[in-house]
Amino acid sequence: MSVLLRTIKALGLMFVSTELFAAAQMDLTPGVTEISQDVYDLHTLILWICVVIGAGVFGVIFYSMFAHRKSKGAVAANFHDNMTVEVLWTVIPFLILIGMAIPAAQTLIKMESPATDADVTIKITGYQWKWNYDYMHEGFNFFSNLAKSSKDAINSTNPKDREGINYLLDVDNRMVIPVGKKVRFLMTSDDVIHSWWIPDFAVKKDAIPGYINEAWTVVPKEGVYRGQCAELCGKDHGFMPIVVEVKSEADYAAWVAEKKGAAAAAAAGDSKTWTMDELMAKGKSVYDASCAGCHMANGAGIPAAGFPALKDSAIAKGPVAAHLDIVINGSKVNPAMAAYGAQMSDADLAAVITYERNAWGNNTGDAVQPADVKAARK
Amino acid sequence: MSDHKPTGIGRWLFSTNHKDIGTMYLWFSFIMLFIGGGMAMIIRAELYQPGMQLVDPDFFNQMTTLHGLIMVFGVIMPAFVGFANWLVPMMIGAPDMALPRMNNMSFWILPFAFGTLISTLFMEGSAPNFGWTFYAPLSTTYGPPSTDYFIFGVHLMGISSIMGSINVIVTILNMRAPGMTLMKMPIFVWTWLITAFLLIAVMPVLAGVVTMMLTDRNFGTSFFEAAGGGDPVMFQHVFWFFGHPEVYIMILPSFGIISQIVPTFARKKLFGYSSMVYATASIAILSFIVWAHHMYTVGMPLAGELFFMLATMLIAVPTGVKVFNWTATMWKGSLTFETPMLFSVAFIILFTIGGFSGLMMSITPVDFQYHDTYFIVAHFHYVLVTGALFAIFAGAYYWLPKWTGNMYDETLGKVHFWISLVSVNVLFFPMHFLGLAGMPRRIPDYALQFTDFNQMASIGAFVFGGIQLLFLYIVIKCIKGGEKASDQVWEGAEGLEFEQLASPAPFHSFDTPPQVK
Repeated sequence: MSVLLRTIKALGLMFVSTELFAAAQMDLTPGVTEISQDVYDLHTLILWICVVIGAGVFGVIFYSMFAHRKSKGAVAANFHDNMTVEVLWTVIPFLILIGMAIPAAQTLIKMESPATDADVTIKITGYQWKWNYDYMHEGFNFFSNLAKSSKDAINSTNPKDREGINYLLDVDNRMVIPVGKKVRFLMTSDDVIHSWWIPDFAVKKDAIPGYINEAWTVVPKEGVYRGQCAELCGKDHGFMPIVVEVKSEADYAAWVAEKKGAAAAAAAGDSKTWTMDELMAKGKSVYDASCAGCHMANGAGIPAAGFPALKDSAIAKGPVAAHLDIVINGSKVNPAMAAYGAQMSDADLAAVITYERNAWGNNTGDAVQPADVKAARK
Repeated sequence: MSDHKPTGIGRWLFSTNHKDIGTMYLWFSFIMLFIGGGMAMIIRAELYQPGMQLVDPDFFNQMTTLHGLIMVFGVIMPAFVGFANWLVPMMIGAPDMALPRMNNMSFWILPFAFGTLISTLFMEGSAPNFGWTFYAPLSTTYGPPSTDYFIFGVHLMGISSIMGSINVIVTILNMRAPGMTLMKMPIFVWTWLITAFLLIAVMPVLAGVVTMMLTDRNFGTSFFEAAGGGDPVMFQHVFWFFGHPEVYIMILPSFGIISQIVPTFARKKLFGYSSMVYATASIAILSFIVWAHHMYTVGMPLAGELFFMLATMLIAVPTGVKVFNWTATMWKGSLTFETPMLFSVAFIILFTIGGFSGLMMSITPVDFQYHDTYFIVAHFHYVLVTGALFAIFAGAYYWLPKWTGNMYDETLGKVHFWISLVSVNVLFFPMHFLGLAGMPRRIPDYALQFTDFNQMASIGAFVFGGIQLLFLYIVIKCIKGGEKASDQVWEGAEGLEFEQLASPAPFHSFDTPPQVK
């Protein structure tokens, strides 16, 4: 059993070298920030205090189990009370706890210091099941979904399909931040509670509807850092990763400029008239990213779990106005159908609705234009 | 039939006898163990390798939710109530529980409560799928229609628990034999008295939180709905104000069981009886002021985080006292290792490991990394499986001869112990590594670097789950026959149930109270 062998080897390494122990991914990451290093040191300190106390107590128990056996002729002693030892083993642990509490409180105070002097502020909004990153002072925002390569591999029967793609830890659009700058995160949610976590930064904060939580980080090293949603948020909780790319200041500025350009282009898309082919192509990509999680890529839905089919459905084949209404404003009876009016541009909505009305044999022939969406939003 | 024992199904349906009701509680818990355990097997089978193979993510969430709810409310709690029913009257020299008809009712509510809960699996639009902690708004605005059945089931469980705990308190405070002062009570009775007070204090809070959910879902209120001016974080505060004492409700009676068993097989009195009582009471009191350590990441003010961190760390002191006292009880004893003692020693060591990870998680800044990962899954399974469940196994082996009049098969008992011990550690120890390496809990699929330890855990799970069938066989075999147990059962056993009652204990015991010196 190779799994067992590897584990035994790993367990052995644990006692030999903390270096290898970390390489085998059995310990907490020290991360890349000052805070994450402090947290790791604190974790290591407390772990070792526990190991030492455990070794002492278990040592006494094991010694007693071997030395004080009836089969070895042990006769029971008669003591059953001793005030001195009771006081000792109340006071000594108390003092050890104080020893732990002091560095813990120091680190906590550092982490929770307000980030009013931040260089970049990003509002993070959790959605079922994706993240929105709003660069508040730059005037653009975008959604970050599970990468298509991972999505395609989830139900694959060939394990090879999941290799080499950062399976479940890759996204279509990364959050990008500048190196060495103080970045302030403001977390909130549009639906249920999510939790934004990057282990390498030691940042984990819940994104809660109606609340704005705050965290901050300063990352001294360029690179790509990965994490996952850490609070159960429904069906695809396991499929909403977080990827942060830390770039040099110049690269970051270039990226911001590019994103601003893209935002302007998207705004232009809202005012033009699209051809059917353009709408269908864009609609498919929007659908696969935002709708297929529940309604499935083939439009069949998961009716047993309360996610209706769109193929041959009364809404997708019925009047356009009702279709626009449910996508823009959400369902009044089923909260799982969110109000996408707040999440998508007019062009995205027009494209996805057109796609839903014409894919999978729905073939209504309707082409919905951004102008129609704009009118329906009023 | 001098005891006028009713016959047929009526004996069980209309029973007011603490022994019969205790038996029913224990069997109920046993059946639920296999249902909740079966769900755990589905979870571990899906997690055996990356990718989705067996179930869809929504069904996976239903399994984790129902597994948690059934194990907490359907296995551990009813098993302890079963022990209390059987043992409290025999240990304090009372003829029965003080309120026998209420006792009947509090048991018979349970099959309906869990029937309601489990029936949701067959309903349209999925069973509860929001985790056993059912955080709003996932369970309110976004909950499946079956959530209302879940709420009704929780209400029923709460009513049953409150009635059961009132019964325990009234029995202990009023029906002790002459001469049995509070500080002479067996420690198991003490732990249950304190547990019963915890139950009465927090079960209404649970009822309150599910009632608020009910009105949010159906009657237009907005307790937890931010869009209506409500507060989703308040849900967590209220839930954990119930939830943290609940954790100790599930462990204090095991402390009691272990404190009865260790002295018997050390042939030596329990070390530090009064400090054990005070430690139990301290843990119970502290349990009311530490709830927010379950929710460090919700964005509490610094002062709140510091307070809950320090208060939580304090719990290590009385818990440590208990472990030291058990160790001192074994020290210089005359030890033998029958199955109850094996499970008890395993309890002391493995529960302590769960305590250590608990102490680590109390440290707020580090908990930001541990929170909602497999590290916490490892932690609470160490305290609940190798803690509470092992204590239940230990207690079952210890008192089965007194209950049935027959010794269980010692060889099979030891086989059950050793295979359970090894497999449970193969199952849960790697989860520490998974959590530290960054695997979140409650996910149906995971990144490739978590594969090895998940496979190990799954293998451990299948063995641990399977070997419990042997325990079922051992219990049935013991009920059906076997070597006759002596009245004292164990050489070192003390207490009224061993010193003054025959094995098996007669249907009616202590019609005239014994005199306790």
